[in-house]
Amino acid sequence: MSIFVNNETKVLVQGITGKEGQFHSRQCIAYGTKIVAGVTPGKGGMMMDDVPVFNTVKSAAEATGANCSLIFVPPAFAADSIQEAVDAGIDLVVCITEGIPVLDMMRVKNYMTGSSTRLIGPNCPGIITPGSCKIGIMPAAIHKPGGPIGVVSRSGTLTYEVVHQLTREGIGQTTCIGIGGDPVNGTNFIDCLKAFEQDDETKGIVMVGEIGGSAEEEAADFIKQHVTKPVVGFIAGLTAPPGRRMGHAGAIISGGSGTGQAKIEAMKANGIHVCENLGSLGKVCVDAFANAV
Amino acid sequence: MKIHEYQAKELFRQYDIPVPEGGTATNVEAAQQVASSLGQFPVVVKAQIHAGGRGLGGGVKLASSMDEVKVLASEIIGMNLVTHQTGPEGQQVKTVLVEQGLNIAKELYLSLVADRATGKIVIMASEAGGMNIEEVAEKTPEKIIKTYINPLGTIQPYHCREICFGLNLEKELLKPAFALLSNLYRLFIDYDCSLLEINPLIITAEKAIIALDAKINFDSNALFRHKALLEYRDLDEEDPLEVEASKYNLNYINLSGNIGNMVNGAGLAMATMDIIKQAGAEPANFLDVGGGADAEMVENGFRLILSDPNVKGILINIFGGILRCDVLAQGVVQAAKKVDLKVPVVVRMEGTNVDEGRRILAESGLNLITAIDLADAAAKIAEIARS
Repeated sequence: MSIFVNNETKVLVQGITGKEGQFHSRQCIAYGTKIVAGVTPGKGGMMMDDVPVFNTVKSAAEATGANCSLIFVPPAFAADSIQEAVDAGIDLVVCITEGIPVLDMMRVKNYMTGSSTRLIGPNCPGIITPGSCKIGIMPAAIHKPGGPIGVVSRSGTLTYEVVHQLTREGIGQTTCIGIGGDPVNGTNFIDCLKAFEQDDETKGIVMVGEIGGSAEEEAADFIKQHVTKPVVGFIAGLTAPPGRRMGHAGAIISGGSGTGQAKIEAMKANGIHVCENLGSLGKVCVDAFANAV
Repeated sequence: MKIHEYQAKELFRQYDIPVPEGGTATNVEAAQQVASSLGQFPVVVKAQIHAGGRGLGGGVKLASSMDEVKVLASEIIGMNLVTHQTGPEGQQVKTVLVEQGLNIAKELYLSLVADRATGKIVIMASEAGGMNIEEVAEKTPEKIIKTYINPLGTIQPYHCREICFGLNLEKELLKPAFALLSNLYRLFIDYDCSLLEINPLIITAEKAIIALDAKINFDSNALFRHKALLEYRDLDEEDPLEVEASKYNLNYINLSGNIGNMVNGAGLAMATMDIIKQAGAEPANFLDVGGGADAEMVENGFRLILSDPNVKGILINIFGGILRCDVLAQGVVQAAKKVDLKVPVVVRMEGTNVDEGRRILAESGLNLITAIDLADAAAKIAEIARS
């Protein structure tokens, strides 16, 4: 099993004819992902390889039955693209775009209240169920199919590092999700933890956080109350100075809140196996998941 | 992006938000001219730097005569102002704002912030104005009033009532306060602000409500639709290496340590800095070359790190996804051949085309130290830090 996506997921790509959209669509198709349509306004009727291109999400979904959208639209237009997918009734929207204005994402978040669409991202690597489907930009080769570990992370390449270390220790993954490094995003840690807890094949969870905000603290609290599976936690940015935005718009310590130390303490206090040195994450997982894998 | 107080007040004037009369000066004579044009004493001379805490640092002074204006302006212009936000090195003052002094009856606090947790815009206000608001929030949170506005709608009269009645404003002040709040909200939305703060917002003895201070931060991601704001950017307030980095679209932050580092991806870059610290050294920078970096960006990043004289070793940590390891290796070799490489460089690569990347480094004839994984890289950096 897996969470949110599987080999039945039918994907349309918004921005499929752009440089990145094209490159990554081909990579996803090569991995076995069912990419059934592309959307680029003004290029409806064309083909991207064997994939038909449409002018609107609505027409693409109607013609192909797509239930998931992968977005590579530039930041100035990305919020509009997410809303278009929501209004077309797409079940899952994965937005890769980095650099969307915060106010745009705040409007999207409020717009989606009460909607049944799930948003992953923005500013994220996407989601992969190894061996089954890849909806995003992560390098496929580092993953190991078959589970039993679920991975959820706020970062991109840091997630690859974590997955690589798991695979090197012989530990496979059920699903790996990057929820994105922006301050306002869709799916959060708790949504993923809840789904991993309910997924029978997932026997343990790795949660990768970073400085800024309070999502990790809230997730730690949720884990204590609702998660029975072992969880390994890591936080990036312990050495980051306050008031400086460390690349990700969301990774900023402001007014003494959002520090790495506070997050690590919250995780420890709630029974999470904390890995304090990234170099040893694989080993920490081997110990923590000894009874699970 | 941050701007100066006087620039924020320019925007306030455009939005009919009351501010004191005043003007800027970059020398003593100009400061005296502004003071004389105000036609009254006292006047206030305020240092214009981006950091907060200017008053406590001696950058804001009251002058009751033209002679005092002369003395204070000559003291403040050119001074190295140290506040709790500048760090010990301080910031040189190039401009002062000279403003009319006002009869303050009451000091309030008011701010608008984009709230990440709720996705709403929060207005925060307090009767404990003029003080460090973070301290107020921690010790007496009940003294802070908050109202949340859904950005799909707009500010409503009830939001204003929640704030104004919470602040115990007198009846005659309600109308101007409502206008002030609506105008601030409009400014916040129009310019994609991330923070808009007035501390203090004052009520004068004459019952006027006036923004005595003004602080605005803008969402850098939204600057593409506010090109005019770029004129407000003050490069003197930024680290010269960071200004250089921004020309190459590199995400660079200068820090005080001695181990330079170059990484792809912000999360991995932060984790790599942590590893350097855990190895007993201090990171000299944060540098995320991004997912789509080419050889030229890598070369520029490498030159930036080397231009920091404190750097005594470099760790390159790349997890190749979209950025292929062979491209990275070419960039490193190009850069290393152009500069006179005097410090040891540890390279750790993994991912797409890693074998090709390692081959390029090995055949380059350069003195590069290869690490097989992160734990190995940390050990090698620790060795450099010790030597």
